[in-house]
Amino acid sequence: MNTMSTNIQSGIDYASISRKNRSWDIIFASLGIVVLFIAISTLLALFLDLAIRGAPQWTNPDFYTSFPSRKPLEAGILSAWVGTIMVMLVTAIVAVPLGVAAGLYMEEYADKNWFTDVIEINVSNLAGVPSIVYGLLALGLFVQTFGMGETVLVAGLVLALMILPIVIVSTRESIRAIPIELREAAYGLGANQWQTMAMYMLPAAKPGIITGAIVGLSRAIGETAPIITIGALSYIAFLPPSPIGGDFPFISFEWLNSGFTVMPIQMFGWVSRPQADFQITAAAAGAVLIVMTLAMNGLAIYIRYRARKS
Amino acid sequence: MSTDQTSTIQISQSAHQGGQAGKPSETREHWYLEPDGALRARVSNLKFWYADGTQAIDDVSMPLVDKKVTALIGPSGCGKSTFLRCFNRMHDLYQGVKYSGSINLLPEDENLIDLDANIVRMRVGMVFQKPNPFPKSIYENVIAGLKIRGIRKREVLDEIVETSLRQAALWDEVKDRLHQPALSMSGGQQQRLCIARALAVKPEILLLDEPTSALDPIATAKVEDLINELSGNVTVLIVTHNMQQAARISNYTAYMYLGKLIEYNDTNDLFQRPKCQRTEDYITGRFG
Ligand SMILES: Nc1ncnc2c1ncn2[C@@H]1O[C@H](COP(=O)(O)OP(=O)(O)OP(=O)(O)O)[C@@H](O)[C@H]1O
Ligand SMILES: [Mg+2]
Repeated sequence: MNTMSTNIQSGIDYASISRKNRSWDIIFASLGIVVLFIAISTLLALFLDLAIRGAPQWTNPDFYTSFPSRKPLEAGILSAWVGTIMVMLVTAIVAVPLGVAAGLYMEEYADKNWFTDVIEINVSNLAGVPSIVYGLLALGLFVQTFGMGETVLVAGLVLALMILPIVIVSTRESIRAIPIELREAAYGLGANQWQTMAMYMLPAAKPGIITGAIVGLSRAIGETAPIITIGALSYIAFLPPSPIGGDFPFISFEWLNSGFTVMPIQMFGWVSRPQADFQITAAAAGAVLIVMTLAMNGLAIYIRYRARKS
Repeated sequence: MSTDQTSTIQISQSAHQGGQAGKPSETREHWYLEPDGALRARVSNLKFWYADGTQAIDDVSMPLVDKKVTALIGPSGCGKSTFLRCFNRMHDLYQGVKYSGSINLLPEDENLIDLDANIVRMRVGMVFQKPNPFPKSIYENVIAGLKIRGIRKREVLDEIVETSLRQAALWDEVKDRLHQPALSMSGGQQQRLCIARALAVKPEILLLDEPTSALDPIATAKVEDLINELSGNVTVLIVTHNMQQAARISNYTAYMYLGKLIEYNDTNDLFQRPKCQRTEDYITGRFG
């Protein structure tokens, strides 16, 4: 083997090149594993710490069905998790259609000129704006100017604004990743732009868009700063009115204008209490919040995996 | 490729044997046949520029005979695909391109360059070099063009699916799995599916850009048979790199070089008695 590789093309020693390349592979792979291990073990340590400290609370079913209370070990997260789900619902309903429409427009419809370039740079920059700035915007615009109060709707809107850039960027990227052949096949058959988008491009981009939306929502679910800024309370001993049921037409939008709390605020409220037992409650709430976030990311991974398989 | 070479040499030998009258003259730059049959389109002084200013088509004039197969040959980069894609205005999907001249559809006498691109693509079908079925079922692929045109009646669709797949010599292979994903088929089957998809909407002109370049010899033979059958029913314009293929399936052949049309002729004449030196150099493999 060695004589062959040195003789056929004299002067090139394939064996040594191959050995050198292999050693680079090994160095890079080990480095990667170390970094990965550090990242995962940090997260795991954090989670385990919360889970162990909060165990007396999160293992108790009452924790999920009770309102917050002055007595630490009777306090529950009912209003917090219901609030979180409602706020996320508003965020998703607002951010996903708007973000997808904006991404689609920028990628497919808008002319490419300096004006769209400016918008494009702005959208990318918006993703980096600190979340508290969004909170201040919402406080000034929704709460004070429009007099909307610190409601589910306002919280959902501010989080929607915050994750809009994520949805826009992921929509654009998944549309851009569609092979040009698919687009030309559709247009080539006589499809107009809207048909091409609705029948071929959006379905092909769907897994990427959904992943982006979930990544955005799982960022929103843990946000505290903008929600505190608009003035949400951590002690909410009631649930927003149910969106369904009641009188005809069985759908109500009262809940949008209700006061609320969400998981991170609830947790923040408990952490700042002096009684030591509240730390247990806070840790339990933290563990539940992490599980909610991981579950959403798990869903995103599953969707991507399924899309890749088909 | 090697078999190609030997057979092109055979063509050239026969050209020398039979070609006393048509011996190409060194000075003849262009030669265009005026065909007898009815025309489907006439290209006049067509020029085309890409967004970066590249002029890929330079003053091409050429007839397209109705219900016949016309082959476009020429070395890589000479503008064959660009020319083909002018016919369904595919270039319009990209900003900054420019056309000049005309592609007049006959007998309507409408310049295709001035029509609405969307309407042009409804009338002119295209099959691409790389099979590009939609990531949907075989059935959905065939009816894609019909759905786009708002045809939704089940019986109509079912019937067209069968006739189109039969036309594309694919029916027997897929009739039991019409609802399986198109991407689970072999490359050759996918390409025939794309042809069926294009035929399903009864295009007035069918454009084929090297439709067999990604296929094995058996699949290629099937596609060639299919094109032979289309001749007489549909006006076909096909780009091919394979001169044997052009000789086998086309009635007329156009030889392009550097964005210009060098020779347009009856296929047999072009391969056996080329009128231009450049054409002869190319088909004999002395160049290209
Ligand atoms: N999008 C583009 N932008 C700018 N120039 C282009 C573009 N596409 C093609 N060209 C140029 O136009 C010329 C013709 O290209 P075209 O693809 O039509 O050649 P072709 O004859 O089809 O070649 P091949 O046989 O390799 O497919 C080439 O010089 C090419 O570099
Ligand atoms: Mg080409």
